[in-house]
Parts: sequence; structure tokens; C-alpha cells
Amino acid sequence: MADIKADETVDITDVVCPVTFVKAKVALDELDEGQILSIKLNDGEPVQNVPRSMKEEGHKVLKLDDNGDGTYQLYVEKVGE
Amino acid sequence: MEVDYAVLKKGGWMRQKQKNNFALRIHVVGGHLTGEQMATIAEVCEKYGHDYVHLTARQSLEIPFMKLEDIDAIKADLAKGGVEPSVCGPRVRTTTACQGNRTCPSACIDTYGLALEIDKRYFARELPGKFKFGVTGCQNNCLKTEENDVGIKGAERVEWQEDKCINCGVCVKACREEAITLKDGKISINMDKCTYCGRCEKACPVDAYVAHEGYIVSFGGLFGNHIHRGEVIIPFIEDHDKLIKVCDAAIQFFDDHAKPNDRLQFCIEREGEDKFKQEILDAYNS
Repeated sequence: MADIKADETVDITDVVCPVTFVKAKVALDELDEGQILSIKLNDGEPVQNVPRSMKEEGHKVLKLDDNGDGTYQLYVEKVGE
Repeated sequence: MEVDYAVLKKGGWMRQKQKNNFALRIHVVGGHLTGEQMATIAEVCEKYGHDYVHLTARQSLEIPFMKLEDIDAIKADLAKGGVEPSVCGPRVRTTTACQGNRTCPSACIDTYGLALEIDKRYFARELPGKFKFGVTGCQNNCLKTEENDVGIKGAERVEWQEDKCINCGVCVKACREEAITLKDGKISINMDKCTYCGRCEKACPVDAYVAHEGYIVSFGGLFGNHIHRGEVIIPFIEDHDKLIKVCDAAIQFFDDHAKPNDRLQFCIEREGEDKFKQEILDAYNS
């Protein structure tokens, strides 16, 4: 897959569940349909759960990259208004 | 008037410290009560009791301070609202369940449907001792299935479909057992590590996993005077009829070999774990 260009980024490594999901969701709310949000998240529970929560909210999860420093970058395309 | 407490207990009437007062246990399956049932119970506890109910550890309700002389009237009032007394004593108790996949995004199975089926098949069956079934939807184990004589946990066997996969890597991290690796565009699943939890399938953004529903069944759980965690014999049961066969086999083993007021685990220990395992495996393979 070609490199994904994010329209906006959000760092949720400074919060814990369930605020991780809430912070990502608030950031997505700011975007228009079809725009891409890049979410920086921690290993462990956030990386296990946040991608799934995004899917359950109806958004399109595109890619999860390992930043190599214990954090990950999740790319999500906003679906719906 | 001579009171047969054993008969009352069988009918869900639990003797209280206060003479001639009983806590009436209500038959609740899978923790599910309708509005009409709740309204009926509210009326009965206000009219005949002390205007409160007790929530039991196994998802039932008990209405305390029911009087012996009111028993028939209470039963009639409850029946009008679709409420039945439960049971106590040496027989199959109510089947408990989490909410399951009718509402919960984590659940792999319809726990309520299965609880109703099990309840219909076994509820109140007379046995040498008590016997409890519990059903939970997934490995989050909200229902604590291993506390039950037979505990049923929803699970999934997954198959990866290469043509649908976008190599996003979400499933690799969703897996808590590190059973999934992504290399050169291909997913491989280490089945020795897979616990059939289904988290990969539920997290996959493009539904590149096909899920086959199944069950992880534990036997011999206890959580009273003695504590024992129910043990799994068959790692994953995919077939619903086979699930019922192993449940039948477990309850029959208890019926055949138990002493009065026994529990399945004590019965297994006395008769031999190998013998019990063999009977479960024979039922599974039949």
C-alpha cells in the first residue's frame, strides 16, 4: 500500500482507557468525511482496543504502523458526518 | 399445620431466621427480566413483603418476608405477570448468562438463547446435589463461567482470507497471545497459541477473517465452602449438538455417581479424573 497522507494527527499516548478512545473520537469529529486521521497510541491496551473501537464506530481503519519506540500510528478514514 | 421445608425449598421458598417467613427465589434465566415481570415483582414485594428484593449472586431475585399463609396468593399474583418461583436444593439451578451477542460487541455467541435452551432442557432436574450452568459470551468472562459445574464460554475459530486482507497489522496487535504474525503480506496463526478469543476477527477493519462460532466448556467449578476452578477438557467445541452431548454426559455422570449433596468436582475426584474425561470425550466423539 502506498504511504498514507494524514489530514490531521492526534496523540493519545498521554491518556488512558477509556479517554484514549474519546480523544480519538473527538479528533475525528473535527474532520470531514473521507479525511484521514493519524492517531499516535501506546502499546498494550490502546493498540489492542482502539482500532477495534474505531471499526465499531463505523470508520475505516487503513493501517497500523509500529513506530519502534513502544508507540504505534493508526490511520483512520472518517466515515459519516 | 405441619410444614414440609424440603418441599418449600424445592419450590424456591428459602426459610428465614424469622419464623414462618420465607425469601421467595424467582426464576430468572440468563439475568433477563421484562418490564412486566419487574413491575409484578415490585407489586408483590410491596403487598406481601417488606417492599424490597435481594439480588442474588447468580442473577436471581429473592423477595424476603413472604408469609406461609400467603403462599398461594403470592404465586397467583406472580403468575399473572409471567413470574415463576425458582428452585433451591439438590437439582439443576437457574442458568446464568452475560448479555451475549444480541447487544455486546465483544460476545461471540448468543448467550441468552443458549441459556434458555439449557434451562428448558435441564432446569429443576432432580439430582443428588446442586448443579449449575453458566454461559458467557467471550473470554472477557463477565459471567465467571469457571465457577459453575458446567461453564460455557463463547469462542471463535478463525480463518484468514488473503484476498480480503489489506495488511494493516491491526490483528497482530489485537491478539493478546502473540499468535499472529504478518510477514511479506501473509498472516500466519500459531494454533498452539490461539485461544479462540476472536479478537482478531472483531478488530479486523475489512472482515478478512471468517469466524466459526464455538464453545469452551469447563467442568467442576465450585465457589462456595470449597473453591475449585472448572477445568477444560476439549479446547474448542464447534458443533452445537456436540456441546449439548457433553452437557448431557456431565450431568449424567453426576446423576450416576454422586452422593447426597455432592458436587460435580468432588464426584470427579472420587471416581477419577481419567474416567470423567473419557466419558466427556466419548460423548463428544459419538
